Amino acid sequence: MTSTTAGDVPAIEFKDVVKRFGDNVVLDELNFKVAKGDRVTLIGPSGSGKTTILRLLMTLEELSGGLILIDGDPYTHEYRGDKWVEIPEKRRRVVRNRVGMVFQQFNLFPNMTVLQNIIEAPVHVLGKSKAEATARAEELLEQVGMTEKRDFATNQLSGGQQQRVAIARALAMDPEILLLDEVTSALDPEIVADVLEVLRNIAETTDITMLLVTHEMAFARDVSNRVLMFDHGQIVEEADPETMFTNPSHERTKEFLKAVLG
Amino acid sequence: MSDDLQTLIDSLPDLGGAVLVTLEMTVGGAALAMIVALVLGFGARTRSLWVRGPSRVVIEFFRGTSLVVQIFWLFYVLPQFGFKMEALAVAIVALGLNYGAYGAEVVRGSIASVPTSQWEAATALNLGWAHKVRRVVFPQAWALMLPQLANLLIQLLKGSALAFYITLHDVYWWTDELQRDTRDTFFSFGIGLIIYFVIAYILTWGMNWLEERAKRRLGRGTRPRLRDVLGLKPGVPSEVARVKGGVA
Amino acid sequence: MNDESIWDWDTAWAVLPDLLQGLVVTVEATVIGMIIASILGLLIALAMRTPTRWVRGPLRFVVDFVRMTPLLVQLVFAWLLLVDIPPLAIGFGVLGVHYATYMSEVYRAGIEAVPPGQWEAATALNLPRGRTWRAIILPQAIKNTLPGLGNYAVSMFKETPFLFAITVVEMYSAAQRFGANTFSYIEPLTMVGLLFLLVSYPTSLLVRRMEIRLA
Repeated sequence: MTSTTAGDVPAIEFKDVVKRFGDNVVLDELNFKVAKGDRVTLIGPSGSGKTTILRLLMTLEELSGGLILIDGDPYTHEYRGDKWVEIPEKRRRVVRNRVGMVFQQFNLFPNMTVLQNIIEAPVHVLGKSKAEATARAEELLEQVGMTEKRDFATNQLSGGQQQRVAIARALAMDPEILLLDEVTSALDPEIVADVLEVLRNIAETTDITMLLVTHEMAFARDVSNRVLMFDHGQIVEEADPETMFTNPSHERTKEFLKAVLG
Repeated sequence: MSDDLQTLIDSLPDLGGAVLVTLEMTVGGAALAMIVALVLGFGARTRSLWVRGPSRVVIEFFRGTSLVVQIFWLFYVLPQFGFKMEALAVAIVALGLNYGAYGAEVVRGSIASVPTSQWEAATALNLGWAHKVRRVVFPQAWALMLPQLANLLIQLLKGSALAFYITLHDVYWWTDELQRDTRDTFFSFGIGLIIYFVIAYILTWGMNWLEERAKRRLGRGTRPRLRDVLGLKPGVPSEVARVKGGVA
Repeated sequence: MNDESIWDWDTAWAVLPDLLQGLVVTVEATVIGMIIASILGLLIALAMRTPTRWVRGPLRFVVDFVRMTPLLVQLVFAWLLLVDIPPLAIGFGVLGVHYATYMSEVYRAGIEAVPPGQWEAATALNLPRGRTWRAIILPQAIKNTLPGLGNYAVSMFKETPFLFAITVVEMYSAAQRFGANTFSYIEPLTMVGLLFLLVSYPTSLLVRRMEIRLA
């Protein structure tokens, strides 16, 4: 499971991906693959490009160069002959259905109730019936322990509760790939465990490919089967969590882990 | 004074029609202004320079050239180019374009105040552009817009008094007639201003009601059910207030 | 009117001196109107902070009444009522009072935006109340009000044409008079609109810039 077997199409593939913000090069010809069902944690100092990778995968940032493939399909750009061209939104949307994301700040829609937040996209994007979407939403709410908040307004919920709803909302789209962007960073310490428990449960009961950026090293070790250490937009080290956290080989990784683990 | 009252009573039958003309201008002008504001407001936000440029030019043009000039230009000059409109249509078009241009800034600003993260969350759920705007962004921007739109609506009502000078029989015309009949400026204009004030107040109430409703939809208002729910957990409201303050 | 073309440059040139003369009156009215509005607006804002309801209630009503009724009707009202006062002076006064009701809101917001810590620091230094207002609160509050003042000045500039209704020959009525005398409205009315744009647009850009710098 750790590495892609030959012939198997990776869930995610970055090919020479470049991302610049103005003159600032955040990702410089980055290459990596994520196999189906992999749980990959991205670690590294802030500004190392981890979050940018997730945002590129969600098309929240425009690529500056290279290709991103989802199940081997070009997602945001493709080569037509030698020309690197943008893929129109209509085609992007087909691929985007396979990707879901949970944000640091939850980003629930305040004009909708908990249930409405969850069924909005399944009904209007996937074309599910309202009854079907609601049934699935109730299932998910139970999974994240939020059943009794079904009809609440989102700002009646605590941060941890909002994040659990946001997780249910992302899962309601049945994504093949789930992006988790520092999902516990905005939460008070005592509720972090609840949210992590929910994620652990999802990791155990589904085969969703997960890409996570987190500062919760213990959680990363529990859930992921691969850890990528980033620095200056490059992968400096790649290993299974056990090796990465107990016996890192690269100097930068050692420094970084020492700083965050204390 | 009793003569004044008698004259006032005699002129009451005309008042209904006059109020109606003022309301027609206000409501018609506001409806047109809203359409103009939405088109130009969204136009001024697009990435394409070919849409944004002209939107900005139109906004600045109608903001900058003064309502008075616009209404008389449409009334006196436009017919010379072969477009003749009824006076009521002139008033509605002038009010709609002028306040629409102001409204466009309100729309643009309110849409811009909705956090980018809301657009991003909608993208993450793969919603299309129109769907994002209609279901996620606009309902949030709407609550921000309403107080400013309410203000513009009152300005529009006040501006509609100009219509008297392009032959319309509105509330100001009725006031002027009453003044001529009574020769009592204080009495007649006092009553005329009170009528404007009452109309403005009713419009303000209406807009406040819309604003309350919009806020409630964002879960910020207070409805009895909500209070019941909050009553169960006394810790929640202050927490909500704190989080909200922090975000805003 | 000329048959070959609708727009006649000779007429346009002929009306220009009248319009520029009117522009002087328009600017004059705006400046004096804004001075009155700024002073009166501040007084209203301060009066609204008195603890007695008997002052605040009626004042609130008067302010709302003036703010929510048409400037145009107010102008004609004052003009018909005060026959001995020259129309231009009435124009200054009514513009000033009308905009004072707007400005009072600007001042109120400006005063409220001064952090409570400033009041507390003044109390801690045992400064007298008057001194606290003059030396600490108002200087900060007034800085907050400058963009609002600028915006309302631009707005008032565009509303001065209402003065045509009380026989003041400002820029718009100069155009209209010219039109009535020569039966050609196209050139004067078009040019007066463009002149308004020519003055108000750059001014509003300046105000926006100030807003950004003070923000």
